[in-house]
Amino acid sequence: MNPRRIGADFKVFSRGYIRNRVGLFFALVFPIILIGLFGLIFSATGSSTVTLYTENFDHHSPASVAFLSALNQTGAVTVDVVSLPANQGFATWLAQQGHTVGLIVPVGFQSAYANHTPTNVTLFTDPQDQASGGIAAGAISGVANYYNLKASNGTQIVGLQEQQVGSQVYKYIDFLVPGLIGFSILTSPMFSLVEISSTYRKDHLFRQLSLTPLTRGEWLTAKALWYIVLTFLSAAIMIAFGVFAFGAHLTFTLGLVPFLILGPFFFVSLGMLAGSISRTPESAAILGNIITFPMMFLSGTFFPVSNFPPFLQKVVYILPLYYVIDGMNQVMLFQNTSRALLDIAVIGIGGVLVFVAAISVFKWRDE
Amino acid sequence: MGEAIAVRGLTKKYDALTAVDAINFTVNEGQVFAFLGPNGAGKTTTVEILEGLRRRTSGDVTVLGLDPWTDGPALHRKIGVIPQEFRFFEKTTPKEAVEYYATLFGVQVDAKSILEQVALLDKANTHFDVLSGGQKQKLGLALALVASPTLCFLDEPTTGLDPQARRGIWDVIRQLRREGRTVFLTTHYLEEAELLADQVAIIHHGQIIAEGTPAEIIRDHGRPERLTVEAPPSLGEYLRAHLKRDVTVEDGQVAVAMRDKSDALVVLQAIEASGIPWKGFATSTDTLEDVFISLVGRMDDGVLGGGAKT
Repeated sequence: MNPRRIGADFKVFSRGYIRNRVGLFFALVFPIILIGLFGLIFSATGSSTVTLYTENFDHHSPASVAFLSALNQTGAVTVDVVSLPANQGFATWLAQQGHTVGLIVPVGFQSAYANHTPTNVTLFTDPQDQASGGIAAGAISGVANYYNLKASNGTQIVGLQEQQVGSQVYKYIDFLVPGLIGFSILTSPMFSLVEISSTYRKDHLFRQLSLTPLTRGEWLTAKALWYIVLTFLSAAIMIAFGVFAFGAHLTFTLGLVPFLILGPFFFVSLGMLAGSISRTPESAAILGNIITFPMMFLSGTFFPVSNFPPFLQKVVYILPLYYVIDGMNQVMLFQNTSRALLDIAVIGIGGVLVFVAAISVFKWRDE
Repeated sequence: MGEAIAVRGLTKKYDALTAVDAINFTVNEGQVFAFLGPNGAGKTTTVEILEGLRRRTSGDVTVLGLDPWTDGPALHRKIGVIPQEFRFFEKTTPKEAVEYYATLFGVQVDAKSILEQVALLDKANTHFDVLSGGQKQKLGLALALVASPTLCFLDEPTTGLDPQARRGIWDVIRQLRREGRTVFLTTHYLEEAELLADQVAIIHHGQIIAEGTPAEIIRDHGRPERLTVEAPPSLGEYLRAHLKRDVTVEDGQVAVAMRDKSDALVVLQAIEASGIPWKGFATSTDTLEDVFISLVGRMDDGVLGGGAKT
């Protein structure tokens, strides 16, 4: 490995990349567009509070109002009291309005409570939005239990003290930014190297380079270095955009550095390996897509892996991008160094193995 | 004068196909050596083996004293190569390309003077993808010269270029020869080989079918010098009967093969004596192209066996 030759190849490649605006757009601008798009879409649902549309048939009696106020105070739901015409069914109205959760407080709620006579509030939920239904049901049960306990002069024995994992309340944007940095770390080098490996072969550029003292290892190292630089740039832009435009709670820590180095190194090597084992540019593109697309969606890029069904959560462990995104989440959100170190080890060792495999498989010259 | 390239019994097989069949030739230092052959003759395979880009099946090959396949990296520091249809990084300028190569080879060069040498200085800062075909080939030539090679391989350097661009490349090849460098040139243009080459080898169906200086090949494989006049076919019949020479009649032209230069007077006297009206005369000899077409055609027709060497 000769640093002078690596530097020369880095310079030529980076110049070409910068002058070809398409690559720069996809590396630096496209992730910003994605953050903006997903940030806007999910900012409305980023809060965990569920709006609970409520029809109070107890004519705003003090007990019913206090009950609804207690529900509001749980922080899990926001009660929105509605008054419908007499001929308008509540369930029908909810469906027409596209609301997934609703509550009816029955006539006689106050008197039933005062007389210790059983009464039921009715919760309407939509099976397609089980999450909101579950949150509302939990909040209502909690408040109802509290009221029952109070009515029977009971004492609460087991209490709940709630603490966040980490130090702050996480929003969707907090997961989205590391996810999209990972998206960028995956897609730019993978797509680029798969294409380069086949077009350079087709245009005989590898043969041309084989007639110089540049080695395959030096050539691939120069590519990895460029994508590392590009990753640092795009990560800085994405974090700044996430923080300033959407108020993301992210820490730009030194712990991020290994992922911004090892991630591009891994995927530059993987892209070269995929391109080299393919015989034609078409098959290279197909193989590149087969590797990239599942990883793009299943590694926690757009949604936390914990939201996946259990069997899918096991699948993600074989995806290298998962370790990059998980590691960045650990250092930027959870400050969990030991877990991040494990992720670094997986990506680092894997990266070296894939780099060596890529160098061995891709040939400058023909037999 | 030492040997720059020595090839003995070089054979390259691709499964059942023998692309190069036990060929022998030598290129001396300081020569321009033209390697000619129709498409699919085994030309490019041979060149790539000499450049260390392709492994040979058998035979001995030495280029500047090195085995091109096993000593590739050492050889590549001593040779310059322009492949067919030279391509480079699209958004790189010729000046940057020369500087890039200079760093890779670890040499100090003045990019401007190298580009001036190949008449590309005016495009020094133009991106490769907008250069013309000739300008691209000139950049290939410039890069081949960066490490001051003693041997240059130019694989069809003028294919597809306009006449002016071709002449520009020829000037560079002549300059290389003047500087004492060896040039291994493959080309489809026989005129180019005849003008530039000291030695020529013609390969066909993987075998060398002629080798020597252009003049030697024309002398040994070409037809005799001819005297041609414009006349009716009856003159042809008259001359055949009276001179006992090889006479051809085509497109109102009667051509008579001569034994030597002085034979022209004998032929003209016979023409005049025939009383048949004629006008305008010229003498002509075969060009390398005529010989090439004749040799390749005869081999394809089965008239000429493989390996007919001068």
